[in-house]
Amino acid sequence: MNTYNLALNIRKNVVRMTHLAESSHIGSMLSIADIIAVLYGEVLNKNVNEPQWSYRDRFILSKGHAGAAVYAVLAEVGYFPIEKLNQYYSNGSIFCGHISHKVSGVEVSSGSLGHGLSIGVGMALAAKKDFKKHRVFVLLSDGECDEGSVWEAVLFAAHHKLSNLIAIIDYNKIQSLAPTKDTIQLEPFRDKWISFGWDVKEVDGHNHEELIGELDFDISKKEKPTCIIAHTIKGKGVSFMESKVLWHYRFPHEEEYVQAMKELEENVDER
Amino acid sequence: MRDSFIKELTKIAKDDKNVILLTGDLGFGVLNDFAKELPEQFINIGVAEQNMTGIAVGMALEGKIVFTYSICNFPTLRCLEQIRNDACYHQANVKIVAVGGGFCYGSLGISHHATEDLSIMRALPDITVVAPGDIVEVTDATRAIYNTSGTCYLRIGRGGGKRIHEGDINFKVGKAIQLFDGDDVALISTGGILDNAFKARKVLNEAGISAGLYSMHTLRPFDREIVEDIAKRVKLIVTIEEHTVIGGLGGAVSEILAQMPQPRARLEMVGLPGCFSSIVGDQEYLRGAYGMSVEGIVKKVKEAAFKE
Repeated sequence: MNTYNLALNIRKNVVRMTHLAESSHIGSMLSIADIIAVLYGEVLNKNVNEPQWSYRDRFILSKGHAGAAVYAVLAEVGYFPIEKLNQYYSNGSIFCGHISHKVSGVEVSSGSLGHGLSIGVGMALAAKKDFKKHRVFVLLSDGECDEGSVWEAVLFAAHHKLSNLIAIIDYNKIQSLAPTKDTIQLEPFRDKWISFGWDVKEVDGHNHEELIGELDFDISKKEKPTCIIAHTIKGKGVSFMESKVLWHYRFPHEEEYVQAMKELEENVDER
Repeated sequence: MRDSFIKELTKIAKDDKNVILLTGDLGFGVLNDFAKELPEQFINIGVAEQNMTGIAVGMALEGKIVFTYSICNFPTLRCLEQIRNDACYHQANVKIVAVGGGFCYGSLGISHHATEDLSIMRALPDITVVAPGDIVEVTDATRAIYNTSGTCYLRIGRGGGKRIHEGDINFKVGKAIQLFDGDDVALISTGGILDNAFKARKVLNEAGISAGLYSMHTLRPFDREIVEDIAKRVKLIVTIEEHTVIGGLGGAVSEILAQMPQPRARLEMVGLPGCFSSIVGDQEYLRGAYGMSVEGIVKKVKEAAFKE
């Protein structure tokens, strides 16, 4: 399956899951669908039959509220059967709204913002100490960068030259209640990361060729940690959800669900 | 106490290269030897306890045994959510060490009074909470938490801790140590206040009150068995802690006694009654101000004995 179709399947899964569960954060899930499709489809070194394989690249979803999208990609690439996604949000299951490490293939649980990057720093540091070659990817949200703890980790990673650490920011420019620029201005965002000592790349977070080009690189030639600012559209792929604050919390009701699935079906990549 | 800790940890770390010590920019003059001898196993994280705890978890998930070191409430309350969600929930091998339990840093003000840490840590799932009573217990506790898988909290005093135990002790996580048996009253102490409890027992015995003494160095898992046993044998239990009585040792013993049928011992608690200490004072002064001095403990027992 090419990564575009993988992304499409993630989108269809999460629209269905949030519809059935009547759960929030569909906009945040659609916003990262392409990023995680590229990671799990092309970039991450992994072994679905041995999730704890020691040579694997580590991936942490620090914006845990988009956990359903990661559950979906893990199922799509074979960590567990797709049918298990039906357990999302259901009583007695392990598939909670915010990502859980009890699910096969998930490295760490999150849900409170501002935790994932420090854990990723620790993993990257341990890898360096043990002369291991794997990479550590951490996906954060833009609103998450309001948390001071993110910047503690940013400072540390640069000081310790953690070149095996890649932070990806899902910069969809909308947080819970309002646009980021009206909540806490992050700009000049790129300059902030550069001044903290990181290599920074800006990409279209929905363009897979660009994402693969910037995410899949040889860390042995680097001296700094890398920040990929992925410009994304919240709700991407479903016209009436795109760039709407409403779809941070609203779930797709029956008619909206039918309409969303119809739009997504029309987008199958024939390559 | 902190010197006994670092001495033992240095020994452990020399034998196990997976042991890492992180500090939140504290430990001047204390951690120097460790840092010098084992530079690859030591990192000063900077003044960033949330990051320190998160990094510790990340390293622990990769197979390291990571000690986080700071003073007072900084390695616990400042990063409580990282301890709960990241360390405990992932059962990560993170060992949190706080120097300066209780009023050790009394004169510095309430920011430096670690007087709720035990109850807060004890409330978390999947954690071991240890507050050793003297330097012998500190040494054993340090090795014990290294050998205990998962997240642990070690609460110790500052420099100059005393030796209370004569000779070797049988230190087991979750098992109190009996120092003396007694027929009338049982003193149960946790942490560095054991020194005062020890002296108070002596005064009581000289006054004709037969008092037992126990060091309850582990608050989670809690030694329910010994409390139930004591409660059946004596009429009065007095808990002694340099800490709030709410949810700490006094709270833990209450939880057990309240579930026991009569006849059982009744309980008195020595500790902070759930208030801040705004007054300035060194450790012994503040202990005295809140009834934790030797005289305060003796008074509590004598008053309680007449209450029946």
